Amino acid sequence: MNYFYYPGCSLEGTAQEYDASTRALFAALGADLTEVEGWTCCGAGAAESVSRLLALALPARNLALIEKTGSDADLLVPCSACYLNLKKAAETVRSGSDTARKINEALSVENLSVSGKTRVRHLLDVLIRDIGPEVIHGHTVYPLSRLRVAPYYGCQCLRPYAAFDDPERPCSMSVLLTAAGARILDWRMGGICCGASQTQTKPENGIRLTAAILREAREADAIVTVCPMCQMNLAAFQAAASRMDPLVRPVPVLFLPQVLGIAMGIDASLLRLNANLSVTREFTEKLMADRVPVAYSPLRVGVNKSFPP
Amino acid sequence: MKQSLFSKEGQTESGPAGLLQDLSRELRACIQCGTCTGSCPNAAAMDMTPRQLWRCVLTNRIEAVFFSRTFSLCSSCYCCTLRCPRELPLTEIMARLKQISLFYGLHKEKRSDLFYHCFLDSVRRHGRIRESEFMMIFFWQMKNPWLPVQYSSLGWQLMKRGKIHLTLPVRGERILEPLFQAVERIEGGK
Ligand code: SF4
Ligand code: SF4
Repeated sequence: MNYFYYPGCSLEGTAQEYDASTRALFAALGADLTEVEGWTCCGAGAAESVSRLLALALPARNLALIEKTGSDADLLVPCSACYLNLKKAAETVRSGSDTARKINEALSVENLSVSGKTRVRHLLDVLIRDIGPEVIHGHTVYPLSRLRVAPYYGCQCLRPYAAFDDPERPCSMSVLLTAAGARILDWRMGGICCGASQTQTKPENGIRLTAAILREAREADAIVTVCPMCQMNLAAFQAAASRMDPLVRPVPVLFLPQVLGIAMGIDASLLRLNANLSVTREFTEKLMADRVPVAYSPLRVGVNKSFPP
Repeated sequence: MKQSLFSKEGQTESGPAGLLQDLSRELRACIQCGTCTGSCPNAAAMDMTPRQLWRCVLTNRIEAVFFSRTFSLCSSCYCCTLRCPRELPLTEIMARLKQISLFYGLHKEKRSDLFYHCFLDSVRRHGRIRESEFMMIFFWQMKNPWLPVQYSSLGWQLMKRGKIHLTLPVRGERILEPLFQAVERIEGGK
C-alpha cells in the first residue's frame, strides 16, 4: 500500500509526536508514506475567515503538486483541519464551477493546475477501511486491557463529509481501539466541538467547550484523538478548564497512532509519548509496566467485516 | 498594485449590501425550524441565535447582521450544515459573513482579526506556519501587555517540550507570494 503523505504545519511543530507516531505505525503495518514534495500550508482555519478563494487555493496548490507527479496514489492526511481543507478543495475543483476556474487561474501563476482527481483520505479513514481492525488485532502484542480510553473525534474528520463514519454517532476509533485490547468509555462527547481556535481568540467561550468534554472524560485513563488542534485544546487548557468546572480532572490526551503503537509493541521513543503536554511520567511508567504480552487470541468483539455497513 | 485582502481597495461595486443579498438568495429555502440553533455548541454565547441571524439576512437587516457577534463565534463544527433539513451550507455562510465583515472593516473583532492576519502573514512569508514566530508577532501587535501572561503557561509548556523556540521574525523565502498576489488580483476584480 502506497500513500502520499501531507503532514501539515502542526505536525512539524506542536504535534510532532503525531507525525512521528503516524510514520512509525504505518512503517510497522507495511504501508509506504511518501511526503508531498514542497508542500505548503493549507490555510488552516485562518484563510477561511479572510478569503474564500485563498482558503481553496492554498490546499489546491498541494493537490496540484501531487498531480504533477502523475501518480494516482491516495493522499493520507492526519490533521483533521488539513484534511477538510484539502478535501473541500478537491471537491470544489471536481465540481467544475466558476470557483474551480478561479482556483486554477490562481495556480497558473506557478504553472500548476489541478483536476481534483487525488482522493483525500483522513488517517482514521485509512486505518478503518484500508488496514482494518483484524490487521490491528493481528499486530497487537500488548493488549491494552488495563486502559479505559475515551475516543474523541472532533468535528472536521466527521463533518460535513460523512466519508467513513457516522457523523452523529462515530464508532471507527472504538472499533480500532477495541481491536488493540483497550476498554472504551461509553460517552457522547466524541463528536462535540472542542472550541477550535476560540481557545485563543475567545478564551471564555472556547475553554467552556473544552471543559465540557474534559468533564465527561473524567472516568477515562486517557483521551484518544486524531486532530492536533483538539489534542492541544484538551491537553493545554486542563488547568483553566478545572477552574471553570471542578469535575474536570487531569487526563492524558494521546494521538490514536501512539496508542495503537503501544499495543503493537512499537518502540516508545518512536511514539514520542513524552512530547504530549498532558502525559506525565507516572502515566507512561504505569502504561509500560502494565504491558502483559499475550499470545494471539481471536478477536473478541463483534467487528463487522464490511465496515462501514 | 496594492490590492489587499485586508483593506478596502479593490472594493466591488456591490459592497456589503450586495454580498448580503447573495447570501440571502442562498438562504431562501430556510424554514426557520431552529435545528441549526439547537445544534450549535456556541449558541449560548451568541447575542443572536443562528436561526435569528438567518432571518436578519433574509430580511436584509444589514446593521443587525454585522452588529451581531454571532458569526464570529462560529467555530466551524459543521453540525448545523449536517442537520439543516433544507441542506443549506450554513457553516460556509458563517465564514462568508466573517470575510465580508473583515474585508469592509464592519466589525471590530480585534483579537480574531489579528490572529488570522498574523497567521496568514507568517504563511505568506514562509510557506508553512512558524508557530513560534506567529505567536510573537500576535502578542506584539495586540499591544496588550497582559496577553503573554495569559498565554505564557502554554508557551512555557510548549517550550519545555521543545515544540516552540524564541525567535525573531525573518523575511522568509516567500514561495507563496505569487499565489497570494494572484488570489488578491482575482478577488479584487470580481
Ligand atoms: S436548520 Fe436550516 S431550515 Fe432550519 S432554521 Fe436553520 S437554516 Fe433554517
Ligand atoms: S458550524 Fe458554526 S454556526 Fe454551525 S453549529 Fe457549528 S459553531 Fe454553530
